[in-house]
Amino acid sequence: MIPISWYLLLSAVLFCLGIVGFLIKRNLITVFMSIELMLNGVNLSFVTFAHMWHNVQGQIFVFFVMVVAAAEAAVGLAIIIAIFRARGTLAVDRIDLMKL
Amino acid sequence: MNEHLYLWLIPLLPFAGFLINGILGARLPKWLVSTVALVAPAASFALVANAAWNVAGGAALPHTEAASYSWINAGMLHVDFSLVLDQLSLIMLLIITGVGFLIHIYSVGYMHDDRGYWRYFSYLNLFLFFMTVLVLAGNVLLMFVGWEGVGLASYLLIGFWFQKTSAADAGKKAFIVNRIGDFGFLIGIFLLLGQFGTLTMSEIATKLAANPAWTGGILTTICICLLVGATGKSAQLPLYVWLPDAMEGPTPVSALIHAATMVTAGVYMIARTHFLFDRSPLALLVVAIVGAATALFAATIGMVQTDIKRVLAYSTVSQLGYMFLACGVAAYSAGIFHLMTHAFFKGLLFLAAGSVIHGLGGEQDMRRMGGLWKKMPVTFWTMTFAVIAIAGIPPFAGFFSKDAILMAAFTQGTAAGKVFWFVGLFTALLTSFYMFRLWYLTFMGKPRSPELHAHESSWTMLGPLVVLALLSLGGGWMGAGRFGAFLGPVIGKKTVEAASTNLEWTLSGLAIAAAVLGWLMAHMLYRRNEGREPLASVPGYTVLTHKYWVDEVYGALIVKPLLTASRFLLEWVVEFAILGGAAWLLGAIMTFSGAILQKWQSGNLRSYAAWLAVGAAVLLLFALATANGMLTHVGMHIGNLHMNWAGH
Amino acid sequence: MHLVLFILFAGLCVAAALNLLLQKHPINSALSLVVVMSSLAVLYLLLGAEFLAAAQIIVYAGAIMVLFTFVVMLLNAGREERTLGSRAAAVLGFPAVAVVLAVIATVILKAQGLGTVSLSDPITSTADLSRVLFRDLLLPFEVTSVLILIAILGAVALARAGNGHPAKRDALVGTARGERTVGK
Repeated sequence: MIPISWYLLLSAVLFCLGIVGFLIKRNLITVFMSIELMLNGVNLSFVTFAHMWHNVQGQIFVFFVMVVAAAEAAVGLAIIIAIFRARGTLAVDRIDLMKL
Repeated sequence: MNEHLYLWLIPLLPFAGFLINGILGARLPKWLVSTVALVAPAASFALVANAAWNVAGGAALPHTEAASYSWINAGMLHVDFSLVLDQLSLIMLLIITGVGFLIHIYSVGYMHDDRGYWRYFSYLNLFLFFMTVLVLAGNVLLMFVGWEGVGLASYLLIGFWFQKTSAADAGKKAFIVNRIGDFGFLIGIFLLLGQFGTLTMSEIATKLAANPAWTGGILTTICICLLVGATGKSAQLPLYVWLPDAMEGPTPVSALIHAATMVTAGVYMIARTHFLFDRSPLALLVVAIVGAATALFAATIGMVQTDIKRVLAYSTVSQLGYMFLACGVAAYSAGIFHLMTHAFFKGLLFLAAGSVIHGLGGEQDMRRMGGLWKKMPVTFWTMTFAVIAIAGIPPFAGFFSKDAILMAAFTQGTAAGKVFWFVGLFTALLTSFYMFRLWYLTFMGKPRSPELHAHESSWTMLGPLVVLALLSLGGGWMGAGRFGAFLGPVIGKKTVEAASTNLEWTLSGLAIAAAVLGWLMAHMLYRRNEGREPLASVPGYTVLTHKYWVDEVYGALIVKPLLTASRFLLEWVVEFAILGGAAWLLGAIMTFSGAILQKWQSGNLRSYAAWLAVGAAVLLLFALATANGMLTHVGMHIGNLHMNWAGH
Repeated sequence: MHLVLFILFAGLCVAAALNLLLQKHPINSALSLVVVMSSLAVLYLLLGAEFLAAAQIIVYAGAIMVLFTFVVMLLNAGREERTLGSRAAAVLGFPAVAVVLAVIATVILKAQGLGTVSLSDPITSTADLSRVLFRDLLLPFEVTSVLILIAILGAVALARAGNGHPAKRDALVGTARGERTVGK
């Protein structure tokens, strides 16, 4: 007898914690992990709504999100490795070649 | 007998000539250009003659021909293309097309060696077109179109030899001074429209006639405004300064435009709108003052000029003053009569002067002329006719018209009339004096420039001279006594013959005496002239030779401040401040905003993330705000669906 | 029962997420993330998504997080350094996040008729899921396999030896600061 709004709130909290992590973490890998956290929060809300509407397509969407997250993680980490090779550092603030 | 008089062809044939010569003229052979240019005025003259024949045969006047489509239809303003032929416009058309045709023939000889031959004739035809439109117009706006158009043609023709700076400047001066007058005319048109709601002259006259007690007030203002326009076009004080400079143009142009036709447009306009002027004694007084003052003023300057064309120019200004004086004493028919005779003898004077100049290879200074009566006999005799005519000696034409004016002034009824009469009389003396001075200096005595090999001109130039000479002789007889009656239906009841016969004879005698006196003075001073100026020792001579310094005064008071202010405005305000400032401002905005935005591109991942979060927050807030009213609705909607699915 | 389970695992989730934020060493953050994902798997079970719970453990916690851990160890990412930081992040970011949370929370709390979750709610069977996945959404499913293929290729291409700075070509095991030791 848990109100659905609690699940949704939890999902919102996870999402926002992910954004906070994105903002405050200084290691590139940790930033990437915060993004994964955000994705998880969204997944939770999808599943919640799938339950609420009794519609299995919400879960299918989570399935796809997981697939994409996996692919994204693979490619993203490869990029991080390349960046580390090029710049020698994983500190977010040091990687600022895009500065004008 | 109201048959179609083809009035609309009268302006259109010269216009066609203008188009043909203007567009194709450079490529056509000279004889073709001349033919096209001569056919147009000839055909127009034939049409006018036909109209005159019909009138003589009893055709009804005024004869109106209006186009079926109207020109302006805006609110209460309805203007259409209507051409009206009545006695006044008939006289004017005969003069314009007749004398115009003669001058076209003359020009064929005079401009024969000019490179811009085709251009000259196209402009001349353009002038004829606009002048006929001016005269035939049935409403004030169409007349204004013709008014402006003749100003344009005058500018084009004065500055015909535009490579000469003085000619180009003279053209500009003429146009600009005319413009000042036209401004007054426009104000008058606006006031007319405001007062009467229509610009058709017959309707205005009818409206005025329905209100016989309406005098003065706004009507005076309208008349003064119209007068300002007339002074500009007809070169009266204070807007006469362009006419002497206009002598830079070819001499036939001076004859046609600045003697016979264009400058008379002001007089015509006043006569045409006489029903307005009749209602404002003050305006009439101003007209008379302007006319009389100009007549005297210009005559004094003409006395000391050394350029033959300048003398004639000032003479024109002076004679136009006479016509204005006539209108000012409400003797409009006398003014028109003098207009007609003036067209004859002044046109002849200019053409003959042109013949002299042509024969001397371009020499215009009278001090270097002399003894031409033997070398150029036809020119000599025709010019003599003209000089006697303008001096006002009977039986030549000038006597009758000038006499009519003087008598009208004297019998006007007020003391001002007597003053005007005296000024007119004195000016007649001066006129006779300086014209005979010109005659003696140019033709008599011993030749002062024998090296110039003066020769007589060709018959294309001499033919018109002879015709005009005959008209100068007989023109007066044509009109005396009958002019007023002829123009009566148009101009009003005040006619030429209104006083007792004794007074008539006395005044005429005085006029003749003045003319003869002037001749005698010239005879004594100039008969055996060796080039020295006998008047040089007279006090005030310097003032006269400097033309009362009017041009200098205008230059200092009006032209120079205007030019300085304009230059300042252009260079500093517009160029520097506005344009430069705008350009600088654009650049500065870009640089400044770029500098600000540049800080945004820090390369710092976290600040980018922060801005992303801000964007998301803004979007959410926006969505929340716009969907505010629907929030509870959404909740219920969700609930409903939930319940729908519950049974699934 | 349901409530206890929910509170326990939701609390664990949030605590682990906070731990992720607060830890300095990336490996600790990674392990905290594993905890988050596992508790989320339990929550999925509570919501009746059994297949997804299993997939969450297998794919997310089992594969992706392992990958993260591998990279952390590979790059020898050490403790986080004190860097310049970003003023914009602090000044703008936190309030923005707060606003986002507030708006979403408002919407959720204001919504009416959302319903409840209870243990007796029907569970979505894998058969239902696969029915929809392989019948109605077959094309997206196949496309994702292509996507994974591309991701593999991309990862291989990017992480290959030879990518990046030429001088660091064989610096697969570089130090945190990437300095070349003398004589190598």
